[in-house]
Order: sequence, then C-alpha cells, then structure tokens
Amino acid sequence: MSPIVQPATRNGAPGASGAANSASGRNPQLLMFLEQLFNALVLGSIYSLIALGYTLVYGILMMINFAHSEVLMAGAFVGLGVSILITPHLSGWLAMALILLASMAGAGFLGFIIERLAYRPLRRAARLAPLISAIGVSIMITNAVFLWVSKTTLPFPKLMNDRVMRLGFFEASSLQILIFCTAIILLTCLEWLVRRTMIGKAIRACADDLGAASLMGINTDRMIAITFVIGGMLAGAAGVLNGMYYGSIKYNLGFLPGVKAFAAAVLGGIGNITGAVLGGFILGFLEVMAAGYLPNGNQWKDVFAFMVLIGVLLLRPSGILGERIAEKV
Amino acid sequence: MNMPMTQEPLLSLKNVEASYGKKIKALKGVSLEIRRGEIVALIGCNGAGKTTMLKTISGLLPCEQGVITFNDKKISGLPAHQIAQMGISHVPEGRRIFARLTVAENLQMGRFTRRDAGGIERDLRQIFELFPILKERQEQLGGTLSGGEQQMLAIARALMMSPQLLLLDEPSMGLAPVITDKIFEVIGEINRQGRTIFLVEQNASRALEISRRAYVIDQGVITAQNDAKRLLNDPKVQETYLGVA
Repeated sequence: MSPIVQPATRNGAPGASGAANSASGRNPQLLMFLEQLFNALVLGSIYSLIALGYTLVYGILMMINFAHSEVLMAGAFVGLGVSILITPHLSGWLAMALILLASMAGAGFLGFIIERLAYRPLRRAARLAPLISAIGVSIMITNAVFLWVSKTTLPFPKLMNDRVMRLGFFEASSLQILIFCTAIILLTCLEWLVRRTMIGKAIRACADDLGAASLMGINTDRMIAITFVIGGMLAGAAGVLNGMYYGSIKYNLGFLPGVKAFAAAVLGGIGNITGAVLGGFILGFLEVMAAGYLPNGNQWKDVFAFMVLIGVLLLRPSGILGERIAEKV
Repeated sequence: MNMPMTQEPLLSLKNVEASYGKKIKALKGVSLEIRRGEIVALIGCNGAGKTTMLKTISGLLPCEQGVITFNDKKISGLPAHQIAQMGISHVPEGRRIFARLTVAENLQMGRFTRRDAGGIERDLRQIFELFPILKERQEQLGGTLSGGEQQMLAIARALMMSPQLLLLDEPSMGLAPVITDKIFEVIGEINRQGRTIFLVEQNASRALEISRRAYVIDQGVITAQNDAKRLLNDPKVQETYLGVA
C-alpha cells in the first residue's frame, strides 16, 4: 500500500529514499514524528470507520444514532466470540478474515434490528423521540452485555504475530499496518458503494430528499435499513480493529470511541461522507500528537481533541466540509 | 390529441379528504376522473388544495377518506413508492431534484425500479431530444442548474419512470416566460407521445390552453368542471383566475 510509505517520502529529503534514510539517521525527532504520524493514521482510520455510521444515518434521517457506539462494542464481542470458537482450528489470515466478516455481519444485523424496533415506529413522531429511543437502546445493549456476557475486561486476541516491520526507514508494528490497511480497504469499498452503485446513489438521493426519492419508486424504508446495516458493518469492523489495537474489550468500550467518532463526524460536517473520514483522521492526529508532545499529554489527549472540536465549530458551525444547503421549498 | 379516447377513467378520486399539516383539512370530499390520453388541468388560488391533491394521489400525504383508484386498482393507502411503481409519476412543487447528485444520477434515480435495459435507453434518448441541455450537463450537480433547467430535469427524471400518468405541480413557477413556453411545449409533446397528464397551475390561462378538460378547486372543494375551452370563456372563471375584468 503506497499511502503508508507516502508520508515518509514526503517528509524526507526530496527525491530518493536513500537521502531520507540518511536524514532520519541524523534526526531522531523526525523519525519519532513519522512514527507518531503513522499512529495517528491508524487511530484515525478506526475513528473514520465509526464516524461514517453516524454521518450516513444523520444524512438520511437527520438524527444522531446514539446507539451506534454500542453496535461498535457488540461487533467487538462478536469478534471475540468467533475467535474463541475458531482459533483452535484456524489461524492467520483466514481466521482474521472470518472474525472480521462475522463481526461485521453481527453488527450490521444489530444495526438493522435497532432501526426496525427503535426508530422506524417513530418515523413520524417528534424529532426528539428517536433520540430518546436511541439513548434507551444504548443503555439497554450496554447493560445486556454487562449482565449476560461479562462484567470485566476480556483480553482480545491479536490474531497474528505482532512483528516490527520496517517501512522505508521508519518502523511500525505489523498489527498497526494490518489495522490501517483493513480500514482503508473498507473505506474504499464504501466510497465505491456510495458513488458507483445504484444502491449507493439511491442512499444519497434519500439523504437529499426522502419524499422525492419515494416518488421515484424507491422504497425509502429499505434504503434507511440498508444505511443502518452499512453503518453497523463498518462499526463492527472498527470494533474488532479497536479490540486488536488495545488488546482488550469491555462492555463499556463503545462509549469513548463512539463519542470521539461522533465528534469527528461533526468536525468534518455531519451528513458529509468525506467529512466523516477527514474528521476521523484529524481527530486521530490531534489525539496522538497531544499524547506524544504535550506535557502530561496522555492524560489530556481526550480533552484536547474536544477542545479543538469546539474551536472549529465556533468558527464553522456546520463543520469543515459541512454546507449550508438552501432551504428546501 | 391523437390518442384514442376511452371512457374508462385512468385515475379516479371519490370523495377524497386529506389534510395539510396536522389540522387543516385541505380536501373536503373531492371527486374527479382523468381518462387515458387526456391533459387535465386543475386550477385554483393559493391554498385551494391543489398541491395537497397531487400529494394525496401520489401517496406523499395520506388519503383520510374516500377512494383513489388507478387502472381500476385502489391506490389510496399504499406507500408512495408503490404508487410510483404502478405508473404514476409526480413532479412535485419546487421541483425537488436531488441537488447533490449529478444530472445523470438524477435520471438514474428515475429508472431505479426498471429492469428493461432497452426501454431505458430509448427513453433516455427521447428525453435528451426533448431537453438537449440536460445531455450537455450530465456530469453537473443538480443543484448547480438554473431554475428552468431544474424544472426540465424534474420532468425528465419523472419520464425516466415511463409513467402512464404524469402529475405536474406548477411547472411554470418562477420561470422566465420564454422557459415557460418551452416547458408547455414539452408538456404537449409528452402528451402526444401517449402519456396522460394532470396539470396543476397558477398560470390558469396557459394551463387551460393546453388542456382538454379542467377542474376548478376552491377551499378544498371542486367548484367547476368543464372542457378547458369553455372554462377559458366562462366569465366567472375569467374574473377569478384569469385576471379578466
């Protein structure tokens, strides 16, 4: 994957990588920065996956799906469950792929169920009603996992040997590379789905004008359901990647990445797909850089991320790529 | 109009009631019929219930009382997308094209539920003959088009559904006279190609000129119906809707 090596060559001396190599040998600070930058990309790619779920749903229903963080958590637990089942028999890439697919399927299904039971009956209700319903669903799922699955932190398998790999002249763990590549592949798939396929175009049409889309014969309820499934699948994948990244999962793991990804979606301009990805990477960058370079940064990184969010929203209330669409007639 | 006229109605409303917003009853027992091949106009003042009637037919608003049938099948109570799939295409007030989709994508949404590749291609060719400007602007975002072009796109998108019945809500609204001429010319052409049209217009004289029959609606009640030419010469209609003293 070229994006991984790109930052290195771009930041190094112009031209050949040999020149960059010697430059970094002389400059450990640059090397550290590049490694932090890669950390930021990894974290940002996870946030992007989650943020897309918020933004896709908001795009169509103008509603914040506060249960999304629980879909992420459930995805991680499905991943753990499947890995416990299959790791005695399988390992390596195949196991990894199966676990990822299973958790995506599980989380996508959960997204579908939540929409069907908690939001669709409220389609014509006041705007606040589905929001309350979302919070209720979120509390319910967290507590269901707490009561019936596990009250404590569970170790999440790494699924493959974590080796240090050299990329050009800086080092990264193979686990990070795997997480980043998986996330980029999923983001690319989503981009293709939304831009190129009829389903994706119909989802965008629904986001533009739900009523007009139904006049085209598009079953808008089905498109909304598909949107929840897609968002859920991305969150499920993010749950597994997040679990692999930190090595453990817990019933309340969804909250913090969920809130941050929501912030990322708002930062990028909620409802805007590119904005969600951009916001995710910006938030990942801010968090990693704050942790790496500010005094006591590791304890303040969450605060720092939200401070920047507030700052951006003061200057641009609709987010970075958010647009003020003229009032619909 | 060259179409053979059958007396059996394509669309019929019987004692239809519907509301605008939560409380205001906008249709108070409306009955009307549209026959195959006709252009029928619905004229009336602001707030008379014209838009509500179209929205109730296409299923955007619920039909609270009465029955709507299309091709002898009851459609009142069905969701909008099913009514659209049965062959009614509604070009809504304010055009409501998909602003963030390209012109080509807007047209693709019109044929979303169709599977006849040959028919789709033929319709697309015909549409580009009617509106050559849309062919030039295929890759442009819908929201960047001018008002007249957006109206053309809205009609073109509806035609991509290959509807039997086209509901047009104020197609001339906010357009320059020269564009309005073009739009009405196209409406006539679409009708000659065999599609039935139900036309709602504030611009009553233009609507009556192009139509075969017309209904007048006032405060949710049909107050007159007749041949369009007769209504055009009716002193009461002239005074109220045509601005003739």
